[in-house]
Amino acid sequence: MSFFAADNLGMNFGGIRAVDGVSFAVERGQVFTIIGPNGAGKTTIFNLVSRIYDASGGRLLFRDEDITRVPPHEIARRGIARTFQNIELFEHASVLQNLLLGRHAHARPHLVQELLFLPGVRARERAHREAAEKVIDFLDLQPYRDSLVVNLPYGVRKVVEMGRALCTEPTLLLLDEPSSGLSVEETADMAFWIEDIRTLLGITVLMVEHDMSLVSAVSDRVLALNYGRAIACGSSREVQEHPDVIKAYLGG
Amino acid sequence: MRVPFKTTYDQDLGLFQDPVQRRWYAALLAAVILLPLAVPDFLVDISMVLIYGICGVSLMVLAGYTGLVSLGHAAFLGIGAYAHVYFLQDLHLPWIVAMALAAALSAAAGVLVGLPALRMTGVYLTIATLAFALIIQEVFTRWEHVTHGLKGRPVDKPVIFGVSFTSDLAFYYLCLAVLIGALWLTANVLRAPTGRAWVAIRDSEIAAQSMGVHLARYKTMAFAYSAGLMGAAGALFAHKIGFLAPDIFSVLLSIQFLLMVVVGGLGSLHGALYGAVFVAMLPVLISEARDNVPQWAGHAAGALGHDAGNAVYLALDRFVKQPGLEPGIFGLILVLFILFEPLGIYGRWRKLQVFFSTFPLYKRATFRRQKTYMRSERLR
Repeated sequence: MSFFAADNLGMNFGGIRAVDGVSFAVERGQVFTIIGPNGAGKTTIFNLVSRIYDASGGRLLFRDEDITRVPPHEIARRGIARTFQNIELFEHASVLQNLLLGRHAHARPHLVQELLFLPGVRARERAHREAAEKVIDFLDLQPYRDSLVVNLPYGVRKVVEMGRALCTEPTLLLLDEPSSGLSVEETADMAFWIEDIRTLLGITVLMVEHDMSLVSAVSDRVLALNYGRAIACGSSREVQEHPDVIKAYLGG
Repeated sequence: MRVPFKTTYDQDLGLFQDPVQRRWYAALLAAVILLPLAVPDFLVDISMVLIYGICGVSLMVLAGYTGLVSLGHAAFLGIGAYAHVYFLQDLHLPWIVAMALAAALSAAAGVLVGLPALRMTGVYLTIATLAFALIIQEVFTRWEHVTHGLKGRPVDKPVIFGVSFTSDLAFYYLCLAVLIGALWLTANVLRAPTGRAWVAIRDSEIAAQSMGVHLARYKTMAFAYSAGLMGAAGALFAHKIGFLAPDIFSVLLSIQFLLMVVVGGLGSLHGALYGAVFVAMLPVLISEARDNVPQWAGHAAGALGHDAGNAVYLALDRFVKQPGLEPGIFGLILVLFILFEPLGIYGRWRKLQVFFSTFPLYKRATFRRQKTYMRSERLR
């Protein structure tokens, strides 16, 4: 069995079939990229995986378990973390607090203990802080540790959001357009980080991306969608040369 | 300029940033303990500030930190007040037990409101809490066996462990102790995972959920905690006013609580207290001004001639004796705050702090970009 698989996945919004019988398999340690024109259903697939939407049909398998009906807050605990296309950070909290919230899947909050701030709470907070500091070191976020997200430039926010996802210690990381809105240099940095996340941290990456240079640089396999259907799957070069993909992007 | 120098993670875990800040808070504590010596005449009003402070902390947790705006908090205050008096005077339970039970009952009511409210956000949730408050007020009127209905219910002075808190001074210290306790508990939760989860829900529910926050559980917890604090405040409130009647716990009181957290500054415990001072002291200031300002102005204008002095006195006197002046001024101040200082009194205070700590280098533009509204204000 593969590490993560979608099996005949479908999602209908009324009469619109946003995702229509899509199947794919991601192997452990791969960077798997989904491409496609606007409205092809890429983000919908992400929202199905993180259980914001209920799938209308098909199954999602993660480490041989069916996660199609798991409650949304359970997904992080199972080892799947994600970022969002338009950045969903906690804007009126500091970068550190955002990263610490990423540790929530590992926290065992107990209201009475926390009200009194018993030593156990303090010890756990220290452990979470150490884990968050590792991510800060990994992504070079030291200068921004105590600044509020609302005051940070867009490029940094993008990295912070990735850091927050890494704090959950995922085995599968979903990146929704990691390079959107970034400058050329920041996109290059992002490519290195995705490489590092895969090779150094051993995290499998599922990514939605439009920037084909980034896609070619980091992806092991690429899936092309159009109108909710898979039209091509293979290496980056194979997919880019596929006649249906060219047709989907250029028309004709 | 002071730069905090951090060497251990515990420095970020502490309640206070550094020893300097801890000393400032110690000084503040000493000041409020000695305050009765300085203003013995206003002790009753200041006790009210402290009780409102607890209410402010309660609503701040819900509206300022979790982003759930409630217009029904007077109902929780009422539940706490009536329950406390019922347990104390009808069941003759010890004071501490009665207060704890009142807080627990109010928290349970909070869960009851919270559960259906989970499916609502923004302005719809606010309407739901408003409806709840109206229902509860009706219950207060009709359930005469417990509340004595419209006849009202007199409340005895508190006696705790045989110690009577009859004097204004003793009651002041009682309120102070409860407020400090409430602040301590709340600050503890806010620096722990639960508090972070609340802030996460406020800023982005969808991201909080993806990070493993169980939305329903944490929203319910916020409701329960907030209502529980309100119930505890209600117990003190009952002793403070000495006579309970259903029309005290009206929507207007709920609006005052909301005003308190908005004017104080959403998203900070300081703000809750600034707001409490503002809301509880403004009526006192207005009534003082009502008595004195026309005379002063009359005397001042009298320098221009006897007739001018008389005219100014009469005009001002007629103006300040208008009914509805107080709500008018309240409303005006609220509008001005939302227009010019969305972060409230606390936001203004932070700006002052930055001004002095960076003194010759202060840039006006430092806060320019920060005129952003928190999501709980934007009402998604």
